Amino acid sequence: MGQITLSKVAKRFGDAEVIPPLDLIIDDGEFVVFVGPSGCGKSTLLRLIAGLEDTSDGRILIDGKDATALGPAQRGLAMVFQSYALYPHMSVRSNIAFPLKMAGLDKAEQDRRVEGAAKVLNLTNYLDRRPGQLSGGQRQRVAIGRAIVREPAAFLFDEPLSNLDAALRVGMRLEISELHERLKTTMIYVTHDQVEAMTMADKIVVLNAGRIEQVGSPLELYRTPRNLFVAGFIGSPKMSFITGAEAQKAGGATVGVRPEHLRVSPSEGPWRGTVGVSEHLGSDTFFHVHDTGLAPVITVRADGEVALSHGDTVHLTPQADKIHRFDQNGLRI
Amino acid sequence: MSTQASRSAARTMLSPAVILLFVWMIVPLVLTLWFSFHRYNLLTPERYGFIWFQNYANFVTSPDFWGAIVNTLILVLGVLFITVVGGILIALLIDRPIWGQGPVRILVISPFFIMPPVAALVWKNMFFNPTNGLFAAAFHAIGLRPYDFLGQAPLASIIVIVAWQWLPFATLILLTALQSLSSEQLEAAEMDGAPPVKRFWYIVLPHLSRAITVVVLIQTIFLLGILVEILVTTNGGPGTQSTTLTFLVYKEALLNFDAGKAAAGGVVAVILANIVAIFLMRAIGKNLDA
Ligand SMILES: Nc1ncnc2c1ncn2[C@@H]1O[C@H](COP(=O)(O)OP(=O)(O)OP(=O)(O)O)[C@@H](O)[C@H]1O
Ligand SMILES: [Mg+2]
Repeated sequence: MGQITLSKVAKRFGDAEVIPPLDLIIDDGEFVVFVGPSGCGKSTLLRLIAGLEDTSDGRILIDGKDATALGPAQRGLAMVFQSYALYPHMSVRSNIAFPLKMAGLDKAEQDRRVEGAAKVLNLTNYLDRRPGQLSGGQRQRVAIGRAIVREPAAFLFDEPLSNLDAALRVGMRLEISELHERLKTTMIYVTHDQVEAMTMADKIVVLNAGRIEQVGSPLELYRTPRNLFVAGFIGSPKMSFITGAEAQKAGGATVGVRPEHLRVSPSEGPWRGTVGVSEHLGSDTFFHVHDTGLAPVITVRADGEVALSHGDTVHLTPQADKIHRFDQNGLRI
Repeated sequence: MSTQASRSAARTMLSPAVILLFVWMIVPLVLTLWFSFHRYNLLTPERYGFIWFQNYANFVTSPDFWGAIVNTLILVLGVLFITVVGGILIALLIDRPIWGQGPVRILVISPFFIMPPVAALVWKNMFFNPTNGLFAAAFHAIGLRPYDFLGQAPLASIIVIVAWQWLPFATLILLTALQSLSSEQLEAAEMDGAPPVKRFWYIVLPHLSRAITVVVLIQTIFLLGILVEILVTTNGGPGTQSTTLTFLVYKEALLNFDAGKAAAGGVVAVILANIVAIFLMRAIGKNLDA
């Protein structure tokens, strides 16, 4: 079981209110991702749930029981740190067995669980090494191993992949998703990587300056961002925003259109501009279009084969049913 | 890239310093060895002559020798124990954010700035003195008879004085080591269900092991040569209760004027110090690898 409820939870460091009171319900077995810009309070929120920080206000319920005053050990949660936080003087085996040893399990049971976790995580050959003798990905797996042997109510991950290189990141992302499929345990995952958030999450929580901007499934956030912040944050490359008369015509104070919802043509289309930088990814090409008189720059996705070069004049056509309208306060219409 | 020419130039430039240091070290050592094989008493210099190992035999079989070795070991081990344990405790205490942290840290390291003879005299006259000392006053205040620390427990009193001087050194080294421990490791251990004492035992102490090794090695080298504190407080007494090996050598040379025997004692002390050093490096030096 791992149902977590935050009710009016707030956090202040001295006078600075890092998290204004917020409510959030995380269902059992859900994979929840916290995203938001740097310094918005993602780690702080995770640490509040873990019990590593005391709440300034509000209550945290785990499986319906008030855990606000409980210490980190009593909450039955496991955390994987960005720096892995392995114990450098212990072997991999002792690292993974540490929480079991602290819980007072007998040696045979400890060994059984450690072997089990090692098999799941492909660590069997490394059990007698020290963390210093492992690669970054292996260390990450040891940290995850240390978390899963405890059979916690929920896993907390704080940017666990940000120290890995791109290829390893993709691999570990899949492994964590698979682990979630297998264990069906609640997981809370902090990242500022778009792709991680979109691919792994059942539910994304978008944070901005400690406030929750929107909660929803990845596609909900992509299709119906509730406000300008979420619209600009979810999706890569970013949505382009248009203001002024053209926006009024479309029926909003601001109108947003994603790069993939614009058609490029050398001759026809309502919006006209010149091509700036083009980013060729092979499958797709992203053009940065300037001088449209609508926005400083509009990003457009085109087929990988489209040949346009710097300085060319292009015409853009937005897909009418895919544009997002926002009022003066930045809220979706 | 160093060429043949630049390397030999470097060697030429360095050689005066190296030669000077070598001479500086080798001359006293050879002189000591030389005298240790000669009968050479400053009161009877005319009876100078080569006597093989007679000085060594006399020194090692003198009634005070084994007692002095035991006293030396007790002194070194006692001071090491107090400074390491006390240093860890104080470092843990001043590592956490407490009120007046800056001044407290300066106060903690201040004994290090006081010269050993001054420190020893302050302890002797202002703390341990059975009539005027602060401890005597404290004993009076709670209705006890004052205890003559230096008379009744001379070695323990000297251990206290020396430990007081070396505690700041141990504390400083251990504090810097403590500050290099990542807080995430402690938080991970906390999440893993380790209460504070177990966090200390399984995480903090192993992290400190290298610093403790450094403290033990450096202090041992200096503590084997402790002399001034004994000289100004007990003069090795009462009897020979606080006579260490160093003090015995001093006594032979400057109280008995037997330069030959003192030189032999010095060589013995150097050999013993090296044995201790090798033993220490074997036992705990592996902490310094990796
Ligand atoms: N111990 C602390 N004392 C004071 N302010 C803090 C403390 N910890 C965090 N903050 C502040 O709280 C805010 C949120 O920090 P937090 O670490 O949660 O950000 P984050 O969203 O995890 O950022 P990042 O993506 O860069 O990791 C920051 O403005 C930070 O300066
Ligand atoms: Mg963070």
